[in-house]
Amino acid sequence: MARSSYKVTTRTGASQIAALVAAVLLVAAIALPTFASRSLIQDMFFILTMLTLAQFWNLLAGYGGLVSVGQQAFVGFGAYMLFGGAILWGVDPVAGLLLAGVAALVLAVPTAFFAFRLHGAYFAIGTWVVAEVVRLSVAQWKAVGGGTGTSLPRDARDLMWGVQWIESAFEVRSSEARDILTYWLALALTVATIGGVYWFLRTKRGLALAALRDNVEAARSVGVDSERMKWIVFLVAAFGTGIAGALIFLQNGRISPDSAFSVIDWTAFVIFIVVIGGIGTIEGPIVGVLVFFALQTLLADYGSWYLMILGALGIAVMLFSPGGLWGIISDRTGLRLFPIQRRLERRDGLQQKEVEEERP
Amino acid sequence: MALLETRDLTAFYGDFQALFGVDLTLQEGETVAVIGANGAGKTTLMRSVSGLIRQTPGMVRLDGREIGALPADEIMAQGVAMVPEGRKLFPSLSVEENLLMGRHRRKVNGPWSLDSVYRLFPILKERRNQPGTALSGGQQQMVSIGRALMSNPRVLLCDEISLGLAPVVIRDIYAAFPRIRETGASVIVVEQDIGQAMKVADRVYCMMEGRVTLSGRPDELSREAIHDAYFGAAA
Amino acid sequence: MIWIDTIVQGILLGGLYALFALGLSLVFGIMRLVNLAHGDLIVLAAYLILVLVTLLGLGPFMAALLAAPIMFGIGWALQRLVLNRVLGPDILPPLLVTFGLSVLLQNALQEAFSADSRRIPAGWLETSSVSLGPVSLGLMPLLTFASAILVTLALQWLFYRTALGRAFRATSDDPTTASLMGVKPEAIFAKATGIAMVVVTIAALYLGTRANFDPTIGPARLIYAFEAVIIGGLGSLWGTLAGGVIIGVAQTVGAQINPEWQILAGHVAFLVVLLVRPRGLFPRAFD
Repeated sequence: MARSSYKVTTRTGASQIAALVAAVLLVAAIALPTFASRSLIQDMFFILTMLTLAQFWNLLAGYGGLVSVGQQAFVGFGAYMLFGGAILWGVDPVAGLLLAGVAALVLAVPTAFFAFRLHGAYFAIGTWVVAEVVRLSVAQWKAVGGGTGTSLPRDARDLMWGVQWIESAFEVRSSEARDILTYWLALALTVATIGGVYWFLRTKRGLALAALRDNVEAARSVGVDSERMKWIVFLVAAFGTGIAGALIFLQNGRISPDSAFSVIDWTAFVIFIVVIGGIGTIEGPIVGVLVFFALQTLLADYGSWYLMILGALGIAVMLFSPGGLWGIISDRTGLRLFPIQRRLERRDGLQQKEVEEERP
Repeated sequence: MALLETRDLTAFYGDFQALFGVDLTLQEGETVAVIGANGAGKTTLMRSVSGLIRQTPGMVRLDGREIGALPADEIMAQGVAMVPEGRKLFPSLSVEENLLMGRHRRKVNGPWSLDSVYRLFPILKERRNQPGTALSGGQQQMVSIGRALMSNPRVLLCDEISLGLAPVVIRDIYAAFPRIRETGASVIVVEQDIGQAMKVADRVYCMMEGRVTLSGRPDELSREAIHDAYFGAAA
Repeated sequence: MIWIDTIVQGILLGGLYALFALGLSLVFGIMRLVNLAHGDLIVLAAYLILVLVTLLGLGPFMAALLAAPIMFGIGWALQRLVLNRVLGPDILPPLLVTFGLSVLLQNALQEAFSADSRRIPAGWLETSSVSLGPVSLGLMPLLTFASAILVTLALQWLFYRTALGRAFRATSDDPTTASLMGVKPEAIFAKATGIAMVVVTIAALYLGTRANFDPTIGPARLIYAFEAVIIGGLGSLWGTLAGGVIIGVAQTVGAQINPEWQILAGHVAFLVVLLVRPRGLFPRAFD
């Protein structure tokens, strides 16, 4: 057999169409502020930031096997660093986003140091304890309002990079310009996150990560360093989560320890998005966030009933369809928008052969 | 009617078929040996009879009653006790507690009790309060056999009890079998050690690649026939 | 003098945390399951006692006696119908299911009882105290601590002196071999969770009579319970009691220095123990 007549590919027909559709959607999303209402922009901002948080949690739990219940530590810490930077040192909030990511990354080092001493379920609660410690400590930080919180200073808000340009280009007031700016930033962050996660999972490291999730022993025997992979995934997720958290509170304009470190808002909702959509896939969180947003829009007036339904839905998915909604869709149709498994394909395209390393 | 009977028994691990229509009978009071090389399907046979692998109805019968589809704990309650491969003592239980676990569900009175197990293996009485895992391999095997006897089973299944033990230790353990037989127990012994198996068995089944290739009384079977059934005729 | 009082109060508070933790420790020891809804189940039991007190006019202790079998049934059914289906080598499903249950319970309680904080009336017991030399000890905290010791003793007896406890340990070691002994692991797990819920009821009695509670305080109780279990060493009942006491003392000492530091001090104590003794103070020989 001539070796050259085969090539290794991850592409599928659906993935090529998906890439095309994604490109069109992206252009439309960038152009959205030119024709959409302010409330639609705000809704889109909410969807995009939740999607980003969900992608990072999915990277941790779905691929890395690290079930964290303490991601609110990085959301809150990142957000507080943006506020602190603006208030104390006059850092422009847009630059503050990067500061937030770095700060969350730095926080992740001691967090991982403690939490990695715990395994499985205890790791989960360990991360939660760290988040509580950070929340209680930040509540002692008087310069950013202590336990009651604070607002972003007017100067920082209105003179933020890009706001004035948007004001004049779109002829809108500064509050609306801020929404547009944060929406674009959220869009960029989401695209970078999904693109980055997809790229990472297709690299050697990413495949090693998948191998680790499927079978720790086997992965170790072929030389995958599980400890190192855990660190990489945890730090990357903290960095991204910190930026997303800072962005959420930049748009919000106000911060308090209880809102910034809320386990319900930044971890429970995110977990439900991933679980309902389908854990361990890139498509899952995308489906999940749409379902989540629809449920919230429909049931927002029912308060605790809404959360009860969300909790029950999460339990039901885990019991009856652990692959989530995307798992059902992709089982039925074989559809994969972000294919990761490599397949052997004849160059003449006559014959396709799936290689062993395909994962369910 | 046979006490225990498998008829056309098949077993699968996923897509891999491990047993292909095995027929085996065990009469009341009889000792039967199942011999074969590694991977012949002996342990799968034991796991199927004891319920660790669930079967479709009709494949395993005890006293003519269907037990194949029952879970392991129900089969045990009916009187089929197993000495599992690898001894499998409970590490957080003492020797005596391990033995008492044998009576956890099936509390049938009969020849076997703590006292009679200690008479069979006196060393266990000395070490009754030690953790089971602190014992030597041979002593652990004694605990495992004693644990299965504690329920006064109708059928005793012994899976590879000589595996990993020194020959002198194996002899000690097999020395207990005549005493076990005297109490009227019916026993299936799965062995790679053909010599030991032939000594204690009334009948022998030889397995290869998931099938019974030879069966009969030990004195009827020639060495050559066993060799062929064990390793394949071409070997 | 103030410090002796602080430490004694901390030890007594530790009794309450140990009661929170013992049920968690029991369930983890037997089936390696961490129930993230544990704190919310304590709060549920507290509301159940409150309802029995107000509806039937019972004293809190009688009400708890009545609530205990109901909670046993809830735990048994929860394990049988839900948790047994997700137990396995993958830790994700049980974690996510109990997390969902936590959110579900909190909001169901909020719907049923509103977000107002409540307290189980305990009459004269609430204010009674005993003087012991320089320190004055509340009767309720003393009862809490005595109950924690009694529950630890009772569980210790159950585990090491009864056939059920033997089956618990055997199933924890090796469920497959246990099934060859006629044990049904699913049934054993259901009984264990039922018993854990009886301990939860006792914890709820003291939680509800000593201070106000509302539907949202469950997760914080889960965290204290978890810290006590880890400090003590997984699966060690006396260790869990010691862990509760350490958290309690750390909290009262922290509060003595600065009232805002109470909770933080408990968490910091936990992190310090995790740093110097990652396997806890009294680790089991094998796991």
